[in-house]
Amino acid sequence: MSAIPGEGRPVELDDVQGLVRFGYRHLPEACFLLLRIKDAVAARDWLTRAPVTSAAKTDRLPDTALQVAFTSEGLRALGLAPDVYAEFSVEFLAGMASDAARARRLGDVGANDPGHWQWGAGERVPHVAVLLYARPGALAAWEREIETQCAVGFALVERLSTSDTQGVEPFGFTDGISQPEVDWERRRPVRDEDQLEYLNLSCLGEYLLGYPNEYGRYTPRPLLAPRRDPVGLLPRAEDAPEQADLGRNGCYLVMRQLRQDVHGFWRELDRQAQGDPDLRERLGAAMVGRRRTGEPLVTSGGDAVAGGEPEQHARLNAFTYQDDPRGLRCPLGAHIRRANPRNADLPPGAPGILSRLSRMLGFDAAALEQDLVASTRFHRLLRRGRVYGAGARSAGGTSHSPDTGIHFICLAANIKRQFEFVQNAWLMGSRFAGLNESDPLLGHRLPDPGNTPTDGFSMPQADGPDRRLSGLPQFVTVRGGAYFFLPGIRALRYLAMTR
Amino acid sequence: MVLARVKPGRERSLRELLDTMNSAPGAADPTNVVLPFARFERLHFARLAVLDDPTLGDIAVHAVPRRNLPVHLALIASCDGPARECIAELAVRAEAGLRQIFRHCDDFDAQSDLLAWMHAHQGALAASYINWVGRTVRQIREESALRRALAARVPRVPVASGAQAQQIRRELIDFVDAEVSAGRLGLTPPDPTPLRWQIAKLAHLVAIPLAGLVLLPLLVVLSPLLVFTLRTKEDSDAEVCLPPDRAALLEMQHLEDHDVSNQYTAIGSVKPGLFRRGLVTVLLILIDYACRHVFTRGFLARVQTIHFAFWAFLDDKRRLVFTSNYDGGHEAYMDDFINKVAWGLNLAFSNGVGWPRTRWLVARGARIEDKFKHFQRRHQLPTEVWYKAYPGLTLVDLKRNQRIREGLERKSVTDAQAQAWLRLL
Repeated sequence: MSAIPGEGRPVELDDVQGLVRFGYRHLPEACFLLLRIKDAVAARDWLTRAPVTSAAKTDRLPDTALQVAFTSEGLRALGLAPDVYAEFSVEFLAGMASDAARARRLGDVGANDPGHWQWGAGERVPHVAVLLYARPGALAAWEREIETQCAVGFALVERLSTSDTQGVEPFGFTDGISQPEVDWERRRPVRDEDQLEYLNLSCLGEYLLGYPNEYGRYTPRPLLAPRRDPVGLLPRAEDAPEQADLGRNGCYLVMRQLRQDVHGFWRELDRQAQGDPDLRERLGAAMVGRRRTGEPLVTSGGDAVAGGEPEQHARLNAFTYQDDPRGLRCPLGAHIRRANPRNADLPPGAPGILSRLSRMLGFDAAALEQDLVASTRFHRLLRRGRVYGAGARSAGGTSHSPDTGIHFICLAANIKRQFEFVQNAWLMGSRFAGLNESDPLLGHRLPDPGNTPTDGFSMPQADGPDRRLSGLPQFVTVRGGAYFFLPGIRALRYLAMTR
Repeated sequence: MVLARVKPGRERSLRELLDTMNSAPGAADPTNVVLPFARFERLHFARLAVLDDPTLGDIAVHAVPRRNLPVHLALIASCDGPARECIAELAVRAEAGLRQIFRHCDDFDAQSDLLAWMHAHQGALAASYINWVGRTVRQIREESALRRALAARVPRVPVASGAQAQQIRRELIDFVDAEVSAGRLGLTPPDPTPLRWQIAKLAHLVAIPLAGLVLLPLLVVLSPLLVFTLRTKEDSDAEVCLPPDRAALLEMQHLEDHDVSNQYTAIGSVKPGLFRRGLVTVLLILIDYACRHVFTRGFLARVQTIHFAFWAFLDDKRRLVFTSNYDGGHEAYMDDFINKVAWGLNLAFSNGVGWPRTRWLVARGARIEDKFKHFQRRHQLPTEVWYKAYPGLTLVDLKRNQRIREGLERKSVTDAQAQAWLRLL
């Protein structure tokens, strides 16, 4: 691709909200304030000075952090010009709970129906999410301070609390291990070409708007004529240097409150294992694809996956399923295998142009069998969720299941191709990789049309039919959700300014 | 395919009638009184769509004034057996309902001979793709019942040896034999392939390359000019990749994801000029050839999720309509095509007005993801009535069920084959 003026300029880290780059693990206390704007002038006023934490590294780690994101209703309430507003993605504009067709796609049916949500549907769609993070013991004061600042401009829809569970999700498994490594240095060439190996290094434009994505394209976003930004507050677009880029350094943020029935989960595994504690653990690990420690059921053969993060998690994340095509070690339907199938653009085969051609045309039967799911790199999510409630500690206890789960958060430049695709085709989809079941953890268990059950879980065996669990109950229920736009910091000030 | 012009002013009442055939949006009532699809045992898929093209004005980018082309009604049915027989069966067994529908069309009235009229309006398909040539509805249903029975019956225990696998298989064969005798399962042997069909296929297999051979010298001579024309046009033809209208998009999504399969109907204008007209004709002949002789066993290049797909010209090749029946959601369908066979999309559609810019007929185009996705949704039309004979079944299911039956009916199998067969259950 020919050089575009401004292309390849370094990322303005001080313009990116910190959550995109950091998970804020050192700030284990967090709460998310979901607000509606009640006084637009006061709201704008606060947004103009809100102490938003950027992605730039500082000498000393911050003691607190604050991030701000908007729903499309929020942008409307701020008075963003309709023609600018209309250039955001259709999914964001419509909202997560907008219509029955989206609910079907996302599996928000039955007990997950937005009609039952605590927040995120109807009158309870927030305008703004304020995400607060703090060091142990420091959250209460931080929250009080921010709440005081916001009191005039905003009304609270919901306060989402979180718990520090040291990276263990409520069912008891270490979570958050697999993350794409974002190409902050822009090492990946801006080119549209097939990737024949699974690569964890993911183009910046898959997460941040205003940068090239995996197709070498700039995801559509609002670009403004210069007259709309007379003081030059906004960065200029790389692909259209004469225009101001309202999207640059921002991204979409998907939030879903997922309630987990911890008792129900382990009770069901006990039932399936008929009380055998060892088998119960193995079944749980098979459903997740990892043991509780985070150890994957498929470990890397020898080739580490390029672009894996070098630190502690590398061992737990540097693997693919290439040597386990039938799912003998990690079942095809295991949660982490569905959420990230770790495959390349073309199924593996012999080297050479002839083999490649035959795989491209579908003449290689073995490759074709592996080809129902492909090109993982277009469907990656940057996860930033937090646990709420008692978490795994509630596993023992009484028969009453306490309210615990995950505030799932993911960041993406394209809600449809990333979050909605993964949710629809890979997780809730009952035909992922040719199976007849939906995700063992997330499935809503309602039968398919034609009354095919989706509440099973198959574990392929080396010799003989699959070992199969059936009649699984629903373990995870959606309690709320919304699509947000997490703007770049200059874009945030711009939005605050708009009349 | 039956294709007819809708009488001016009758479109609304036609849509209302079509709507009565649905039990829910996007799902035809199989026993609706107008056209009770379920009564036709050889019918795989059927659709009725009003082809009202919202993109007719796009041709203005080629400095050609918007043409006033008619709104068509398309009835598309995928049947086992010859098309003429399928149409005849429809005309005989659903005469009243079809008359009610076609009364909305240009030259049909109470006196018309329905069958003759339908034959006269049988639209020629420029190309058609069938996932598995020769797999009948009856076979699909019988094999699905077979799998269900076997899956419920097979002992889900580790199989210690090949001998044990053989033993289990023999027991399952006995079980199936008993079920068949009791009339609870059916395994009808396939009908022989008609000789006429085989001859026609063979003739087509030979004729197209022969024609190519005859034209080859001419092509060689003209190739510099053709290549030059192609590249010039590719670099200068305007793109029209506007986002789809949001209300129209929602209407389309409203019809989707009621089954594990979905439908797609789209329409667009062919770029003006002899070159594009000739090119699209040749390419669709080649695509049809590949679909007929090469891609007949479960895959269209790397894509394994298309049940049936059809291309047909309208209005003297000024427009092209495309329909398909596919497994999974719309987004997954489009991503599958972009990521696996964008080159094929470009071959099939890049002669359409507004297609994202291609290079050398296969490169770029549909790989320009955002533009392509806008293009395909904007050209999509709601499929008013859509019927699938085997709800809940995908092509992966059909193929696996077929293998289960093959393994069951095989005279003898090796230990390894017996184990592999058990794994299918």
